[in-house]
Amino acid sequence: MDAFEYASPATVKEALALLGANFQDASVYGGGTDLLSLLKDNVEDTKRLVNIKKIGALHAIQNERGGLRIGAAVTLEQVLSASDVREHFRAITDAAEHISSPQIHNMATVGGWICQRPRCWYYRNGFGLFALDKNGNSLVTNGDNRYHAIFGNSGLAKFISPSSLGPALLALDGRIHIEGPNGPREATVEEFFVIPQKEGEREHALGPQEIVTAISIPAASREAKSAMYEIRQKEGMDWPLTSAAVALRMRGNTVESAKIVLGHVAPKPWPADDAAKSLEGQTITEETAAKAGDAAVQGATPLSRNGYKVQLARVTVKRAILTAAGLPFTEAKGAA
Amino acid sequence: MADYHWPPANHRELIGKRIKRIDGPQKSSGRAKYSFDINRPGMLWGKMAGSAYAHAKITKIDTSAAEAMPGVKGVVTIVPEGQEVFWAGQEIVAVAADTEERAEAAADAIKIEYQPLPYLVTNADMQSAGAQFTKQLANRVVGDPDQAFQQSDIVISEGHYGLPVITHCCLESHGQVTEWNGDNLTVWESTQNVSGMAGEYVQGLGEQGITVPANNIRVITQYMGGGFGSKFAADTWGIACAQLSKKTGRPVKMMLERDHEQTTAGCRPSLYAHVKVAAKRDGTLVAWDSDAWGTQGPNAEGSPRLPYILEPPNVRAKYTGVLNNIGPARAWRAPNHPQMALVSNGAMEDLAAKLNMDPMDFFLKNIDLAGNHAKIYRDEFPIAARLMDWKAKWHPRGQGGSGPVKRGLGLSIHTWGGRGNQSNCQVVIHPDGSVETNIGSQDLGTGTRTVINIVTAETLGLPLNAVKVNLGDNRYPPAGASGGSTTVSGVSTSTRRAATNALNELLAKVAPSLGATADQLDAWNGKILVKGNPSKSISWKQACAKLGASPVTGMGRTTNDLMSSGVGGVQMSEVEVDTETGIVRMIKHVAVQDCGLIIDLKTAESQVYGACIMGVGYSLYEEKIMDQQIGRCLNPNMEFYKLAGLGDIGEIVVHMMTGPGYDERGTIGLGEPPVVSPGAAISNAVANAIGVRVPELPLSPDRVLAALGKVPPAGGMTGGMA
Amino acid sequence: MASNKEKDDALRRDVSKTRDAAPEPADKKLPDLSRRRFIKGAGIAGVAASASALLTERVLGSTSQPQNGGMGGNDGILGPGEVPVTLNINGKMRKLNIEPRVTLLDALRNHLDLTGAKKVCDRATCGACTVHLDGRAVYSCTVLAIDAQGREITTIEGLEPSGGLHPMSQAFWDNDAQQCGFCTPGFVMACTAYVEHTAHPTREGLGHALGGNLCRCGTYMGIKDAVLEAARATKMKGGRA
Repeated sequence: MDAFEYASPATVKEALALLGANFQDASVYGGGTDLLSLLKDNVEDTKRLVNIKKIGALHAIQNERGGLRIGAAVTLEQVLSASDVREHFRAITDAAEHISSPQIHNMATVGGWICQRPRCWYYRNGFGLFALDKNGNSLVTNGDNRYHAIFGNSGLAKFISPSSLGPALLALDGRIHIEGPNGPREATVEEFFVIPQKEGEREHALGPQEIVTAISIPAASREAKSAMYEIRQKEGMDWPLTSAAVALRMRGNTVESAKIVLGHVAPKPWPADDAAKSLEGQTITEETAAKAGDAAVQGATPLSRNGYKVQLARVTVKRAILTAAGLPFTEAKGAA
Repeated sequence: MADYHWPPANHRELIGKRIKRIDGPQKSSGRAKYSFDINRPGMLWGKMAGSAYAHAKITKIDTSAAEAMPGVKGVVTIVPEGQEVFWAGQEIVAVAADTEERAEAAADAIKIEYQPLPYLVTNADMQSAGAQFTKQLANRVVGDPDQAFQQSDIVISEGHYGLPVITHCCLESHGQVTEWNGDNLTVWESTQNVSGMAGEYVQGLGEQGITVPANNIRVITQYMGGGFGSKFAADTWGIACAQLSKKTGRPVKMMLERDHEQTTAGCRPSLYAHVKVAAKRDGTLVAWDSDAWGTQGPNAEGSPRLPYILEPPNVRAKYTGVLNNIGPARAWRAPNHPQMALVSNGAMEDLAAKLNMDPMDFFLKNIDLAGNHAKIYRDEFPIAARLMDWKAKWHPRGQGGSGPVKRGLGLSIHTWGGRGNQSNCQVVIHPDGSVETNIGSQDLGTGTRTVINIVTAETLGLPLNAVKVNLGDNRYPPAGASGGSTTVSGVSTSTRRAATNALNELLAKVAPSLGATADQLDAWNGKILVKGNPSKSISWKQACAKLGASPVTGMGRTTNDLMSSGVGGVQMSEVEVDTETGIVRMIKHVAVQDCGLIIDLKTAESQVYGACIMGVGYSLYEEKIMDQQIGRCLNPNMEFYKLAGLGDIGEIVVHMMTGPGYDERGTIGLGEPPVVSPGAAISNAVANAIGVRVPELPLSPDRVLAALGKVPPAGGMTGGMA
Repeated sequence: MASNKEKDDALRRDVSKTRDAAPEPADKKLPDLSRRRFIKGAGIAGVAASASALLTERVLGSTSQPQNGGMGGNDGILGPGEVPVTLNINGKMRKLNIEPRVTLLDALRNHLDLTGAKKVCDRATCGACTVHLDGRAVYSCTVLAIDAQGREITTIEGLEPSGGLHPMSQAFWDNDAQQCGFCTPGFVMACTAYVEHTAHPTREGLGHALGGNLCRCGTYMGIKDAVLEAARATKMKGGRA
């Protein structure tokens, strides 16, 4: 880890003044759970860390006109402890809970949860976000892509978006609040998470002089039945192989509208609109959920070694729907 | 006179009981100081620069920028210009600086130029390796396998089996702190080989032009954070560290960082095999044919012996070593056995399934092929079956339930040699009644300290806390390296003799005051007493007071008459397989294990629990993943090199064989054998659950779903795999 | 392990040949060569006015002198050289001069000789470095020491400073929840935080609740028993584990 400057501003304005025109000038330090690893591995470089945890304004979990607003410096543990989140925005709680490490819960912040960088092992081993050789060929395509994207991978980006908050937030029509040199702005999840197309671009639509200050979810999502399901190999902390967030707007026993978003399958949270549509007007059963799962994986473009993730994504969607609807299903749990 | 032989069961106060490890409080309170924890005044931190290439000739090394950096005190070249490196990450230059951060920055600043050379880092597909990277190492033929497979009344099962290279992943990485004081070198080493380590430094430093006699080298390892067979040598980093210390005149700490540990400090060889195995319709094994290969790193020697334990009269077993650039193989807990067990017991289980036989019946039908150990397995199978409720739970293949989650049972058997390493022990009885046991052995966490304490105290008729055990220092009498499950026998037998010899010295001094001769006396329950007349006794303290000013000492060496070799074990596993996702979870794992006379039942059981858990890890999760394009390991971390967690192991039941038929064999050794069977038992349980074999470990969702035919086998899932 | 940053574009070039007979690898720590070159060689273009002076005038790693004299410096920017840092560790205020990049784990181990917390993965995965910050378990390898100022830091040395055994340590000993012992302090710290913050610990909940720690020797059976036993003992007494 190269040496860097450190500052701990008390306001967002001060924090913004400490950032530079390039990402390498300064990095926003939240929980550090990803950033410090990137710096230790010399995958990313920075001249300055700007600690945003001393900014009081970023620590609030608020009910805002019936909606939910969570400050960027709020920890996952604080999210888990918030009964309003647990009762009304369950996909968010599920997403946090599935990160099965109390240490991460206690350290990681909501801002970092969205802004963390991909875990692609070529990227983390120093071959760049796109892992290209000099001729522009993808090391991922020709190498070991068992954990890579099965959707949205036709361009240079083959990695998966690592954040489980992204899908949950998208399913709940959430927004991301950002402040930069030109003042505050809001982005939808789909505007925020992008698939970079050329060298120099990133997977987030966030400028080097901008800071994520909060996420919010509108009041309208409060009544949705939401949930997140993920498949990971281990019971304890382990990266999901696939995940899915589901939000169902019900009228009685039938689905009025639904949102389904896959995670860990594409370079960004991947909405499965056809799957969601297939549920409209339906009662949730094992069968309708399974059909939605089938619809969700239509058009998947697996790489040489990750065809199995198509099957996992299918099952993930089915089980996420059943979870949101409060219906039981069988899964391998092992014994304690 | 006290006698060397192990006391009979009714005369054991401590041996064989469940006794808590004596260094437990130090460890569980964080007070135990490992080599990694040693901080010395003025100490520097060492870091290394490793090869960018899997195979290359080094053409230029420029350390000038690093040497000019603030805080940098010394640089040592490990592989000089003009020489080759054989795997990515191989150490080339080491630097020492006054802070850890500066040492790392300096290592980063070293410039190395290379001439790249051809390399191979994969091995799952032998065909693509090519002759340049392969070497046939065995082609063993017994009987007439060709004729045997032609018989008409037999059932033949054919299959592919394999398991990849895994790493040791010691939590305390390899490394040491070195300090020179004039011509004397002190090394705090994380090693399984305290007494042998000075010789390693004599040789390694000698090759670098530094002459130091062994008697000037002090080696200390009070606590050791895991070795599993990978920590016997000084290694390049040990020698470089001592050189840096010499050069700078300062102590230097150089412990491997995790990526270096995972890259360099220990590969367990892979094994892949195409197997054909045949039995008569009644289950009698007839013939075996295997074409196997695996990698042992840049060098390949020796070969695993197939089939494992149950060898039919007709065998052909070919083995080809794949010489690749993944870093050198190191012994990994029970070298070759887990691999042989997976291939062999997997193939046997497939054959049993084809014969429509319960695999337990199949193994028992053929158990005489196990030779001397057949009786052990015959004893153990019913116990394991009872603990697993095997007969009630077992079902034919593929009948694991109607829902998407299937249950299945699998089993495996294993063996290991053991016996004792050559160790020397000194027991000192002080005139104040206190006792110390000195031995140049080491405690890797297996409970060696506790075992030595138990044997000393038992022999002298004292409570545990009357004895102080000193080990982990080469100033104590030399003891063998801890490998091959030889430590308990090595130290127990030498300690037994040393303590007995010391006691006999004491008895000789005390005898006159009891009006008896030494051979009429015994030590028991804190007293010296006349055998057959316990009213004639004096307390231990009074007895020792008769020594006057001088302590008495006894020396002892490892002796064959107190130990033997050869153990057997049976393991049974119950798993749950989610056939929609390919996720495998553990329900229950039963391990029945013999190891001769058990000194400490508690730490012995812990060894078996630990082996089973390690077994869950390599069965379900562990794989050193290499990429042929870049020649490097893709997962040199603990995030994607996945160890089993606390929630992944299910219920584990351990039963140790004790009593008649076991105790009288003396000590044997235990560390390795129970880690052999989990791979086969768990793989067999998955096959039983889902009705098909998942050919290769780890049993990850991609492999399980491919075996189920739910997804196309990914490019090279079996063969061609990176 | 350090590998070379400057191992050049020859390496990148060589990757293109890797599908030939004699493949040659690219360099590990050269993620994006042009970007790194840009930073190190060409200086910084287009830096925002507020930060440009600082970024261009201070050469990283060029000095070991304390800069800006601690928290009170101009615009609060500290480092990259050593700065004074005060940490509240096990109830004692400890003063250090360290670079901002020094992690809490390295500060404890390398500067204060508090070696109970272990360095294993150094990447927030294995839990061997677990300490408490304000009573909550964190990975000290991934917290900057400078950022831990003002918080109550408890290391395993502070669990039972009088020298006895904390009930959790005792339960680990009683249940042989340790072999080599290198993961043990981290597990003990994770377990004490778990028991402290969990009303009803269950065996079923442990896989998740202790999912942030790893052991290599395989001591989980003992740990499961130990944590439940310690929880029972301390809950009965109404005290904290």
